[in-house]
Amino acid sequence: MRVFFIICLSLITYSVNAQVKMLTLDDLERRIAKGKDTTYVINFWATWCSPCVAELSNFEKLRLANLKKPVKVLLVSLDFKSKLQKEVIPFVQKNNIKAEVFLLNEPDQQQYIERIDKKWSGAIPATLFVNKEVRRFYEKEFTETELKNTLLNLK
Amino acid sequence: MKNLFLIGFMLVSSFSFAQNEGYKVGDVVKDFALKNVDSKTVSLADFKDAKGYIVVFTCNTCPVAKGYQERVSALNTSYASKGYPVVAINPNDAGAVPDESFEKMQALAKEKNFSFPYLLDPNHIVTKQFGALKTPHVFVLSKTNKGNVVEYIGAIDNDSEGENSTKINYVQNAINELSAGKKPTISSTKAVGCSIKWKKG
Repeated sequence: MRVFFIICLSLITYSVNAQVKMLTLDDLERRIAKGKDTTYVINFWATWCSPCVAELSNFEKLRLANLKKPVKVLLVSLDFKSKLQKEVIPFVQKNNIKAEVFLLNEPDQQQYIERIDKKWSGAIPATLFVNKEVRRFYEKEFTETELKNTLLNLK
Repeated sequence: MKNLFLIGFMLVSSFSFAQNEGYKVGDVVKDFALKNVDSKTVSLADFKDAKGYIVVFTCNTCPVAKGYQERVSALNTSYASKGYPVVAINPNDAGAVPDESFEKMQALAKEKNFSFPYLLDPNHIVTKQFGALKTPHVFVLSKTNKGNVVEYIGAIDNDSEGENSTKINYVQNAINELSAGKKPTISSTKAVGCSIKWKKG
């Protein structure tokens, strides 16, 4: 009974402390480099971007379907840094997002857009599939099936 | 050989297709007649003394566009008298997002004291001609003998959140260079913005 109570309590605290970490592109590159055989599915989104918000559940399904595989879903928010506490964290809590969520910590969009992908216009949603060998960038919305197939056919 | 030709043809046709998606730097802009928040129609030709234009695709609801509202007003204050007025166009469809309605545009223009036209673009006709992709999205034009030529496409600056210590004011720089009889050093930039809310169906 006591153990059950502790588990409940820790679950509650866990969900209350939904973590949204700040992320620079250097951090991201280091993470990818350390990931060995891991494929990262990195979605660029924002709380104000309605098509982004609409497709987030597809990324959650992709994450759940690949829990045992070397696949990581990272959700990188392009919201203003000043909105972290007021909007981004409450949004992550309310929508019960379990994937890792970050807030992009880069001051100059002219630089970071080019660095993420030369072809990117800056419109979101946009998603990067990346591992040590392959880097594929898509400026588009994804359905659940498209995400699954893009990951499967990545080479 | 035949295959090679086919591939070449496909490349060329996809290239020319991409070129048709809106204006690029150097293109001549087709004038338009759109309804302003005061219900009068506005065209580029109405600005008789203009040397050029700052056409800004912006809207009522996008947080990025809102973050730039004061900077757009400041551009008009600084440059309208020098011959480069701001012409703002809302590319969004009110059927897709009710807060993008003409009435809400009127309310915003009044609340923020817009000193420039804020135009409605029903059915996205002008938006598609320009190839605007998001809000805010700026096109700086210069008036020439050929017509109104696109000189710069992109962002207002590289500091959407007001925190970049190496801020570059792309639009200001482009107009300053144009005024000095030069071409803008930087003629296109990228920026994160809100996607256009297209009419459904």
